[in-house]
Amino acid sequence: MLDVEELIGRACTEIDACRDLPGLDDIRVRFLGKKGELTTQLKQLGSLSAAERPAAGQAINQAKQTVQTALQARRDVLDGEKLAQELAAGAVDVTLAGRGQGVGGLHPVTRTQERIEGIFRAAGFSVRTGPEIEDEEHNFTALNIPENHPARAMHDTFYFSTGKLLRTHTSPVQIREMMNHGAPIRLIAPGRVYRCDSDQTHTPMFHQVEGLVVDRGVSFAHLKAVLHEFVERFFEREAELRFRPSYFPFTEPSAEVDVLSESGRWLEILGCGMVHPNVLSNVGIDPEEFTGYAFGVGVERLAMLRYGVDDLRLFFDNDLQFLQQFR
Amino acid sequence: MKISETWLREWVDPDLDSAALAHRLTMLGLEVDSVAPVAPPLDSVVVGKVLDVVQHPNADRLSVCSVDVGQAESLSIVCGAPNVCAGEYYPAALIGAVLPGGLKIKRSKLRGEVSEGMLCSGVELGIAETAEGILPLGDVAAPGTPITSALNLEDRVIDIDLTPNRADCFSVLGIARDVAASERIAFTEPEVPVVMPVSDAAFPVELRPATGCARFCGRVIDGIDPQAETPMWLRERLRRSGIRAISPVVDVTNYVLLELGQPMHGYDLGKLSGGIVARRAEAGEMLVTLDGQETALDPDVLVIADANGPVSIAGIMGGENTAVDEQTTAVFLESAFFDRDVIAGRARRFGLHTDASVRFERGVDPQNQARAIERATALLLDIAGGKPGPLIDESLVDEIPVRAPVVLRRQRLADVLGVDIDAAEVRELLTGLQLEVTDIPDGWSVVAPSARFDIEIEADLIEEVVRLYGYDRIPSIPGMMPATLGSVTESAVPLERLRASLVARGYQEAITYSFVDPKLDAAFTAGTEGLALSNPISSELSVMRQSLWPGLISALKRNLSRQHNRIRLFESGVRFRLQDNEIKEENVISGVACGAALPEQWGDPSRAADLFDIKADLQGLFSLAGTAQEFKFDAALHSSLRPGRSAQISRDGVNIGWVGELHPALVKGLDLATAPILFELALKPMVAVKLAAFTPISKFPAVRRDIAAIIANEIPVHDIEQAAREAAGATCRDTVVFDIYVGKNIETGSKSVALGLILQETSRTLTETDVDEIMHAVIDRLNRDFNATIRE
Repeated sequence: MLDVEELIGRACTEIDACRDLPGLDDIRVRFLGKKGELTTQLKQLGSLSAAERPAAGQAINQAKQTVQTALQARRDVLDGEKLAQELAAGAVDVTLAGRGQGVGGLHPVTRTQERIEGIFRAAGFSVRTGPEIEDEEHNFTALNIPENHPARAMHDTFYFSTGKLLRTHTSPVQIREMMNHGAPIRLIAPGRVYRCDSDQTHTPMFHQVEGLVVDRGVSFAHLKAVLHEFVERFFEREAELRFRPSYFPFTEPSAEVDVLSESGRWLEILGCGMVHPNVLSNVGIDPEEFTGYAFGVGVERLAMLRYGVDDLRLFFDNDLQFLQQFR
Repeated sequence: MKISETWLREWVDPDLDSAALAHRLTMLGLEVDSVAPVAPPLDSVVVGKVLDVVQHPNADRLSVCSVDVGQAESLSIVCGAPNVCAGEYYPAALIGAVLPGGLKIKRSKLRGEVSEGMLCSGVELGIAETAEGILPLGDVAAPGTPITSALNLEDRVIDIDLTPNRADCFSVLGIARDVAASERIAFTEPEVPVVMPVSDAAFPVELRPATGCARFCGRVIDGIDPQAETPMWLRERLRRSGIRAISPVVDVTNYVLLELGQPMHGYDLGKLSGGIVARRAEAGEMLVTLDGQETALDPDVLVIADANGPVSIAGIMGGENTAVDEQTTAVFLESAFFDRDVIAGRARRFGLHTDASVRFERGVDPQNQARAIERATALLLDIAGGKPGPLIDESLVDEIPVRAPVVLRRQRLADVLGVDIDAAEVRELLTGLQLEVTDIPDGWSVVAPSARFDIEIEADLIEEVVRLYGYDRIPSIPGMMPATLGSVTESAVPLERLRASLVARGYQEAITYSFVDPKLDAAFTAGTEGLALSNPISSELSVMRQSLWPGLISALKRNLSRQHNRIRLFESGVRFRLQDNEIKEENVISGVACGAALPEQWGDPSRAADLFDIKADLQGLFSLAGTAQEFKFDAALHSSLRPGRSAQISRDGVNIGWVGELHPALVKGLDLATAPILFELALKPMVAVKLAAFTPISKFPAVRRDIAAIIANEIPVHDIEQAAREAAGATCRDTVVFDIYVGKNIETGSKSVALGLILQETSRTLTETDVDEIMHAVIDRLNRDFNATIRE
């Protein structure tokens, strides 16, 4: 009688000791192959008596199964080890930097201007632009700033020999739009403006966004509400505003607006007022039928407050160390 | 306008502390810039009376003074000032005092003599910029009185930034009037007593119609003491307003200017001849003004003249030849009303901004001249004695501004402000400002006082009401704005997308000045003259840019000098060009790149960026607007770009801009180590979008065939590619140039262009025969047009 147990034991020992897949296949062939030990045993069943045959057959088949199971289990282990080796060999240092082009960034003034535009666009304001080289008519006279008026001194102006000038504010855009489209009107005018002034707190060029609403029944109370909402949207926090009387030739009443900083100081952020009746008359709008408000913000000023920039001149220095802080 | 707080409080004294008063002024529209103490702390500095002065036994320049400081015993103080004299009062720093400069006063011996304190100058006390010796106080207070109370130094200077409309607030009087109205307290202007003339000395004054002087008050005062000195209290008030004391006559006129807002001038009567006439200057007339400057006058300028010619530029500055000096014993005071329009702009023109001009050009009260003369006379008599003559008061009644009634409608007030203010309150507010208010149906008729030049229309009154009512009391009411839907155009690429594309490709946005150095501008514009500013900030910022390159190159250089070596900058903005004598503003987007193609990294070898790296960035931009075929790059010469490495870019035949390497001459001239690549594109033709039109997607497989065409070097690859595409016809879906080879096995002067064609039909699978036919056509065409040798 063959010793099945001994055979199983031998096979399992060999299988457990096997370190690689080809070796495991050898073992399979030796035990289960066409000429393998168990196959040979099976073939020899015929030489047994009919009484012995079923038990022996069952034992051999069982042994076959046991060996197959052991082989599969070992194969799984070896497969796993092989994969683990491959993975280990293929591992990379994921802390290394990514490859390819870097990214640049937008200028903080552009970002700020785009945000201001976005806030007002959402409320139905259209965004209008106009020439940077203007004439006295659009930059001053139509805005109720007659020649020799001391207010012109507020706007130290760059002139050309032709008498034209660099606009000192974007108000001429409002004048052109009102002349062309009349009332009602609701717009903002962003852009570069120029004043003949250069020191720590003034650059000869800066950016403004001016806003204008002219319609029936527009009041100072509306102006207060719109600016309050704007400032809260812009700074993304609740804000306390202070309106105090001021003077601009093109608005009356006029106000400067201060916002209470988080450190408890009042910071001037914009100028505004009700459109002066003379300005409306100058552009052919009846000031009895229509009233309006206007406001102007300095984009750099808002960017400085928003990002904590302490020197205006940095905006035009274009130092990458500065610019790259904004993206 | 700087004003002493105590002075203001003499006129109106609301129940507010300094900070609250400053806040009130600001909220009235009289913006307070600062509130500062008029002097540093001066503990242990008292009034000392010098009883006796003895020459120091061991030092020529020192004297030993016996000083009464209000104590039982007088102190012995060694003093080095030459102006010390017995009987006079000076500030005395006692032992233990610490002066503003940090000097600590100790008992000491100076060359053997004991000194128990120090007599001080104005500089040492921190109340003067300059000093000649120690500060004589005059009989201001008893010895021992603390100097801070003797000189009222417990005071603050309120610095108010006045808006141009508020000429009336250029005086204690005007500010006090506003404060009183805002606090709703009574305001009585101090009475200015009329001085009785004691002589009949007069001087003729002639006014001419329509010259700009409607009123001229004057007075002769003779017999004044030329040795008299302005008392300390008056000097201090001037100092607190930022005005230097000069002489009693000048100081008194300045004092009246600050107090009543009326500019005045004092002439040395002995230097005037004939009579005074207010007239326009004649062309060619000259005047040397008090500052020593000689000014050429013309008929646009109002002058005060005597028989010999102009003696002052009216309302701006007096002349040197008729100025009061140390010998003057007789003066002629001027207190005039000049029209705003004849003063405005002149001070600016002559560079003579004075306390007078700033007031006259904004508007001086036409009813205040006589009062100012009376006030000045009284002050001057107190200081320097003298015999006043009668008041001279000439006027052209027709030319004196008259305040017309202005109607304020109650409904309009409510409409503009968005709040209905109680009628009684409106009346109270306006009356408080000394406006004459008459009730009319549905509103008020209001007449402004003569000092107010800014109340002419209803809006002016609305402003006055809300200014006093308080902006903080106006409610915030969200407006009912009609909802309009936004238009999101697809016909042009928005600037935001162009910017985003460049940013994603590693560019940092810059913003440079629109005016540049003309030399740099010229270097980039091949001789076309830029538009020059008449009054530039500096020569480096004096012409309008004709290209964004000068600004970007400057920014590039600045960053290179700050140790950045890989730089990609872009800017979008306007360039200014003269075309047919018209200024043309054109929006462009421009960039500059230098250094490695990619940021330094471990995974790819470093390589300097070249034209083709930048071209890819531009093609990225163009792809937002149209197909690659619409945008053409042609070799072309540009004066600031390197020949052979520059391309003019066009879209459907319209030039849109340039890309190229900086010209070697400029690289050298600008002292750059390597040549940057530059581009500039006109936005308008570039961003127009052709709306995408759908074409069906083919379900059939595509076939790719590659050929190598050997052609002459000078033939642009673009031409080969286009010809191949044309020859292949509609079946050709795409082409790709995947190699350019020059060298071994290729004849000198030729290049091998490896071209792949991707062929695809929409209705069927292409057969071998189809493909062969197409390729045959392509090869034929390249052969014929470019004499190309083809290897398949």
